[in-house]
Amino acid sequence: MAVFSKILIANRSEIARRIIRTCSEMGIATVAVFSEYDTDALFVHDADEAVALLPGSSYLDGSSIIEAALRTGAAAIHPGYGFLSENAEFASAVEAAGLTFIGPAPETIGAMGSKLESRELMQTAGVPVLAVAELPDGLDAVEAAAVLGYPLLVKASRGGGGKGMRIVAEPDDLAGAIESAAREAESAFGDGTVYLERFVSNPRHIEVQIVGDGEGHVVHLYERECSIQRRFQKVIEETPSPDLDTELRRRLWDAAVKAGEAVSYRGAGTVEFIVDPSGDFAFLEMNTRIQVEHPVTEMTTGIDLVRMQIEIAAGVPLMAQADVPARVGHAIEARLNAESPADGYLPSTGVVHRFTVPDGVRVDTGIADGSVVTHHYDAMIAKIISHAPSREEAAAVLARALRGSRIHGVDTNRDLLVAILSDDEFLAGAVDTHFLERKGEEFAASPMSEAALRSSAAAAALGIQAENRRKADVLASIPSGWRNLASQHQTTTLLHGIDPITVSYRLVRGSVEVDVDGVSLPIDIAYLIEPEVIELGIDGVRRTFEVNFVGDGVYVDSPLGSTHFTVAPRFAVSGLATQEGSMTAKTPGVVVAVSTQLGDAVEPGDTVMVIEAMKMEQAIVSVTGGRVSAVHFAVGDQVAQGEILVEIESEEDDG
Amino acid sequence: MTVLRSSLDTRSTEYRENVEAMQRHLAALDALLAKAIVGGGEKYVERHHKRGKLLARERIELLVDPDSPFLELSPIAGAETEYSIGAGVVTGIGVVESVECMIVASDPTARGGAVNPIGLAKGLRALEIAKQNRLPVVYLVESAGGDLPRQIDVFLPGGRTFRDLTRLSAARIPTISLVFGSSTAGGAYLPGMSDFTVFVEGRAKVFLGGPPLVKMATGEESTDEELGGAEMHATTSGLADFMATDEIDAIRIGRMLVARLNWKKLGPGPSRSVTEPMHDADELLGVVSADLKVPFEIKEVISRIVDGSDFDEFKPLYGTSLVTGWARIHGYDIGILANHKGILFSEESQKAAHFIQLANHTDTPLLFIQNVTGFMVGASYEQGGIVKHGSMMINAVSNSTVPHLTLQVGGSYGAGNYAMAGRPYDPRLLFVWPTAKTCIMGAEQLAGTLSIVARAAAKRSGTEFDEEADVQRRTMIKMKIEQEEKAVYLSGRVLDDGIIDPRDTRTALGIALSVVHSAEVAGTDRFGVFRM
Repeated sequence: MAVFSKILIANRSEIARRIIRTCSEMGIATVAVFSEYDTDALFVHDADEAVALLPGSSYLDGSSIIEAALRTGAAAIHPGYGFLSENAEFASAVEAAGLTFIGPAPETIGAMGSKLESRELMQTAGVPVLAVAELPDGLDAVEAAAVLGYPLLVKASRGGGGKGMRIVAEPDDLAGAIESAAREAESAFGDGTVYLERFVSNPRHIEVQIVGDGEGHVVHLYERECSIQRRFQKVIEETPSPDLDTELRRRLWDAAVKAGEAVSYRGAGTVEFIVDPSGDFAFLEMNTRIQVEHPVTEMTTGIDLVRMQIEIAAGVPLMAQADVPARVGHAIEARLNAESPADGYLPSTGVVHRFTVPDGVRVDTGIADGSVVTHHYDAMIAKIISHAPSREEAAAVLARALRGSRIHGVDTNRDLLVAILSDDEFLAGAVDTHFLERKGEEFAASPMSEAALRSSAAAAALGIQAENRRKADVLASIPSGWRNLASQHQTTTLLHGIDPITVSYRLVRGSVEVDVDGVSLPIDIAYLIEPEVIELGIDGVRRTFEVNFVGDGVYVDSPLGSTHFTVAPRFAVSGLATQEGSMTAKTPGVVVAVSTQLGDAVEPGDTVMVIEAMKMEQAIVSVTGGRVSAVHFAVGDQVAQGEILVEIESEEDDG
Repeated sequence: MTVLRSSLDTRSTEYRENVEAMQRHLAALDALLAKAIVGGGEKYVERHHKRGKLLARERIELLVDPDSPFLELSPIAGAETEYSIGAGVVTGIGVVESVECMIVASDPTARGGAVNPIGLAKGLRALEIAKQNRLPVVYLVESAGGDLPRQIDVFLPGGRTFRDLTRLSAARIPTISLVFGSSTAGGAYLPGMSDFTVFVEGRAKVFLGGPPLVKMATGEESTDEELGGAEMHATTSGLADFMATDEIDAIRIGRMLVARLNWKKLGPGPSRSVTEPMHDADELLGVVSADLKVPFEIKEVISRIVDGSDFDEFKPLYGTSLVTGWARIHGYDIGILANHKGILFSEESQKAAHFIQLANHTDTPLLFIQNVTGFMVGASYEQGGIVKHGSMMINAVSNSTVPHLTLQVGGSYGAGNYAMAGRPYDPRLLFVWPTAKTCIMGAEQLAGTLSIVARAAAKRSGTEFDEEADVQRRTMIKMKIEQEEKAVYLSGRVLDDGIIDPRDTRTALGIALSVVHSAEVAGTDRFGVFRM
């Protein structure tokens, strides 16, 4: 039964592709909408039809999206997550246009979209809730905060995904946190309302998937553990929740169903709870849409949640709780983000030259080789989900898949994910939302040992060498670097980040001598099969190093790990050096605040500018003290990576 | 297609002894090469580095394409002479921006890069190779000029350098000078005669006369910079086309210049796929007899240097002490003439003359593999026309216009050296194995011959022949000749293009073949009158 003949997907990237997949399986035609940054994105190609959105508001431009649906003859709109998925006005407008909104009733969205309103509703329905303080205009925030006590949370009323949320440890930080949370909330959700909430220390974040038919019948599809977070964004999600007694688990399910029933919930939704170490829990919020982490539920129940959403929207009767399949095994999802965990989770943008994940796991992604990650959207590039009989095995399978993934072109949190999945505490199920804060430093340590890095650098240099020979126009069949009088080795300088690594080598009659930064590598065997496949036996252990060349970049993947080098030019081009005291943009972005003016005195550590990239704010902090000698950008300006933002002249320079 | 089989018994005592003998020679060669690397000596290398300068070979390594091969020519020039090993200059063929170039770099650690007679010969030989094979020339200059105490040996012969440079240019072979230091007096004509010049700022010094000489000549007070600094030449005199900020920058500009030559080789390129020989090149160490008097199977050499060990022999049943046939090396077609048992008879000579003409008809380069004791002597051979037939062969070798490469694996004696494209017959490149020997005749024969002549003279004049003195003289002559016939002795005097490790033979020949194809490869129909 084709419930709808055509569905428009008001979203992008992986979730758009995910929805298109189910639609295709159900025989439903699909329409994508896309922004000017997504003209060549995979989901646009995947959809049967696609309509360009006007630059600017794009995925938040409800009326254009509805127009696109009408123009293409789509019968329903699936909002995915984020963007307009929890926008009651949009849902109403969709229905007013005679289309079906795949999601709950607009009133439900409205009620649940306001954290404060939903909290009240739940309290009335008998679901436990947390203490909060609202901040109506004119109310003294410091006073309100004092009632709750510190530390506390500043939260955006319409927030989600950690955006517009700040943790405040002491009264001095309160005003700044409120201002920045409000600004972020305004930018992300179009509503800058924030409130304060009691902060539960070492809590767990557990959510329950529910599905309702809109007429009071609600079933739950078990819980998901989402405690592994960084800056309030989920990183690892799994089901079942580890180390949870049956009684508590059942109480969470029941509370979620009760919450759904209280609003006569329609469609798929998620009730989020905060669970403290003693087992007390409280309603946090309800997400009235498909969740990013829905695949773990699908893997363990065999249910296609997107199909379920579509069917309910089409009026197909909902199963009874008794008919919900039992969970089988354990599923874990890792969110692969284009970011640098070691660099404060700084978003990483650029062309993804290669993206492959080994078989044996589910991969929900919006990208492929050659895709471009821009700063315009979220940093998540893929969700990788493992499913295995036990939690330990699911973690091991996922870690192995991540290790074996080839991700070239952008920095990712891959190593961090692997570190989490291999961590003893994690494996013991001892998780809470501060897990990463506690373990961050331990995980941030370079995942690659010095020796592994040296071996990878050697493989990179030998790969470059083979590539040089392959590209040679003359004397191509003559042995590499042949000398009848060898006065020195061939030398390649690679940059690992900004650290130079010098590899010198000599190939002579089938044997290979390699020094890395003056340390001789004990190479017993070397098969330089082709530039991309370097097999090295080092100190008795033979490994294959895959080498990928992209411009002057070299990516090396091996059982020792994955790393990336830039080939230092043999001949430096002068005149491009940045002056000391100038601050440059680490990523492209938009200037959202300028905190200094020409001539201002700054101290080291002062914030001089704030840039937003991928919906994340980055403070540009002065490393030197002195006087501002130039401010190159104003609020609203777009900056490119590496551009000089602010220049500071140190005081000594004047004298 | 005929894949050669090997019957070399690598477990035999003879093989093992051959390998040991060759390894002794290689160890001696390595010791000389190690000396070449330090040029003027450790002390001067250190001083040079301390001044922030690169050594000649460090400059070359930066100049050539990463991982490309570099064939250094006559690396041990100066050996067994009064000069340092290398003779103060490094020459070789390297690839710069995909162009095979002749690179000539003065070695400033050896007496300030002053030109001595051996170094001069090496430099002139490099220009000759560049001219014959149409190789762009890159000079890396830092030289104190002529070695004044040796002026008699360098002043007049050295003048050719500048003549040859401009003649190269006239032949549309580009010349580039990168000047790293002094290039004064006569040396000023190196950049002067070059198509392109790059001077290193604050380092290059190019003038006809320095401050003291100018003061002597005209009384004018002047500084080095005024007379010949890079900035002056780049902005005022125009002798410098480019001013480089430092040595590395000069090399960068040099590479840029070569990249912009729009260079095209005139000969055909190699075949697309190249098969390595079926037999191990390492075994070449044990092929040649430790005692050159013991004959060895030359096809054991051929099968280890040609593509796929594939060698199609021409006239295999006739004149069997000279093997002729066709093969490929690194994808280039080549005709091979190789001495098998050392002696050239009438049949071998006629076969060679025939084969050389065939190669000229098909524009196929020739490789001469020498292990030759000479043309056969004796009444029946003279009566059989050995001189006539030998002349045919020498005529063919002399007038052939396809590129000739010569490899000396054993002896090279007498007119056999000439007939087999020895040095006087201008092979494009001549490589020598460490065990090889070159002489007008064998040391013993030469000493013996002189003794017989002396004895006859004594008899004619009726004086008594001093047997004791004869023995002494014979021994002395033999020792002298044994010294002079050695590969190292000849190589030290730039009478070859380098002694090579036998295992590198295929590589050296592969480079040489590619090099000769930079110029047009064309045979001829025009030979001298063949005396029939």
